[in-house]
Amino acid sequence: MTTGHDTAAASPAKEGGAAPARPSAGPPDDERRRARLSRRWQRDVRWSPYAFVSPFFLLFLAFGLFPLIYTGWASLHQVELTAPTDMHWVGFRNYTRIFDDDFFWNAAKNTLTIGIISTVPQLLMAMGLAHILNYKLRGSTFYRVAMLAPYATSIAAASLVFVLLFGRDYGMINWALNHVGIDNIDWQNDKWPSQIAVSSIVIWRWTGYNALIYLAAMQAIPQDLYESAALDGASRWQQFFHVTLPSLRPTILFTVVVSTIGASQLFGEPLLFDANKGASGGSQHQFQTLGLYLYEQGWVNQHLGRASAIAWTMFLILIVVGIVNYVISRRLRASS
Amino acid sequence: MTTTLTKPPADEAKRPRRPRSARAGGTLHAGPIAYVILALFTIGSLFPLVWTAIAASRDNQRLAQNPPPLWFGGGLFDKLEIAWNDANLGEAFINTTFVAGVSALTIVILSTIAGFAFAKLRFKGRNALMLIVIGTMMVPPQLSVIPLYMMVAKLDWSDQLQAVILPSLVSAFGVFFMRQYLLQALPDEIIEAARVDGASSWRVIWHVVFPAARPAMAVLGMLMFVQTWNDFLWPFLVLTQNGNPTVQVAVAGLGRGYTPDQSLIMAGALLGTLPLLVVFAIFGKQIVGGIMQGAVKG
Repeated sequence: MTTGHDTAAASPAKEGGAAPARPSAGPPDDERRRARLSRRWQRDVRWSPYAFVSPFFLLFLAFGLFPLIYTGWASLHQVELTAPTDMHWVGFRNYTRIFDDDFFWNAAKNTLTIGIISTVPQLLMAMGLAHILNYKLRGSTFYRVAMLAPYATSIAAASLVFVLLFGRDYGMINWALNHVGIDNIDWQNDKWPSQIAVSSIVIWRWTGYNALIYLAAMQAIPQDLYESAALDGASRWQQFFHVTLPSLRPTILFTVVVSTIGASQLFGEPLLFDANKGASGGSQHQFQTLGLYLYEQGWVNQHLGRASAIAWTMFLILIVVGIVNYVISRRLRASS
Repeated sequence: MTTTLTKPPADEAKRPRRPRSARAGGTLHAGPIAYVILALFTIGSLFPLVWTAIAASRDNQRLAQNPPPLWFGGGLFDKLEIAWNDANLGEAFINTTFVAGVSALTIVILSTIAGFAFAKLRFKGRNALMLIVIGTMMVPPQLSVIPLYMMVAKLDWSDQLQAVILPSLVSAFGVFFMRQYLLQALPDEIIEAARVDGASSWRVIWHVVFPAARPAMAVLGMLMFVQTWNDFLWPFLVLTQNGNPTVQVAVAGLGRGYTPDQSLIMAGALLGTLPLLVVFAIFGKQIVGGIMQGAVKG
């Protein structure tokens, strides 16, 4: 940062010319040329940073911010999928309609429970895994790459495989459970089993990835913190709780935020978990998430306006969650 | 890691005194329990993938029997061929490679330039703009699909690949990732030296930043390729299976119908995943390193 300042400060000092190595004495023509070059050079230093960062912001404006705001506008209109440009103002009627719909609340509840079932075990396991990976290991690269293989697998492929593994009559998982005396579970049609099954797809895909993120943060903890803790007689467990966890707090918060956002958007896994029921998320809507509900309203029932209202409601929920997260993290920071 | 190799031998003598634990992680050796847990997680991670291939190698009758097959049958290549033809996978592969390639390449170049500006250039509003970049990561792209869909309808872009490519180019993660890398990988002296020689900002980027950023650019490119390759919701909305599908759209289409051929679905899922698994098998170490590098200070 400070050196960046030096670059900026250095520019007036070189006002004599952009190429200081050249001899300074010259005809006035040459001097003018050099002054012009220097002006151009200063303009370059001053404005090119904005040119360099502008593509990102322009793309975000066009494909992120504008659509987000326009979603809010569309949510106040009646818009049909078949004629997406034909909009009729209806005020807040889309919102009252979805708030009156039991399936909306059902989807909201499912999103919350599936979010908890998928996120909490995932992050806990990732933490444990990272702790183990942080030991001196033989073949550590192999384990890391193997655990990242699910991350390379697409939602579509993973969901389709898990549908088979969770099959009621011939699935691998029920077959294994039979061996320990558990009867066949209907992973698709019973409420909690289906939510657990959908969550397991998320857990499978993301645990290794989060473990690597925790591992990176663990490796950044200075070794002498552990050494002094060991000198104080702290056991391995005490070291983990009193040195590792506190140091990882920002990383944990980061993964919690990212996982929460991911969980709130869950779509492909529940859609494909019962491909024939599609957007309804199971025969009794037992694993229909808000993402699926949005798709059902917009693309199956063809009410884009109502789908927009769902999207904006999700956005507002995320903002509330974000604020809560922020407040909690500030409290935590203040208390430490 | 490589820097230790190029150090003068004077350092070499000192090295044995200090254990290299800082780089390798903790100093403690793993016990047998740790290896058992790791083995379980490794099996858990790889088993569904292996089983995809097993299921694809069996026929539908065999998959509707107990116990489920635990080893390969003989029909794998036949099934792969049928799935390839049924799901329009040839076209899907070309489409997805194009989409993911263009998108990854563009993101890498734009992110490197923006990341360089954020890491090494001083300008008014830099910190505020960087905060905005990070803030945009918190806005899930799914919430924007409806207006994007309207745009696509208006421009008559459904079933066309640019409809998928353009929205995928927004990558705050890329900007953040390159900034983190360039902060520590690009010494300020080199930039200043180029400046003193009268190089313009573009020349600095071309001759100094790009060469210095190449390893991170490669990793980011792979991460973005994987992400775009696996993208589901948006391609699913604007592309159709018979129009101009990506691999994910084509594979998802296999699962429909009332008596789906399960082993065929598995064959399709396997084909859709295989290219990325090959990439991971070859570049796994670099990708792992890249993810971990992006995570620090995250």
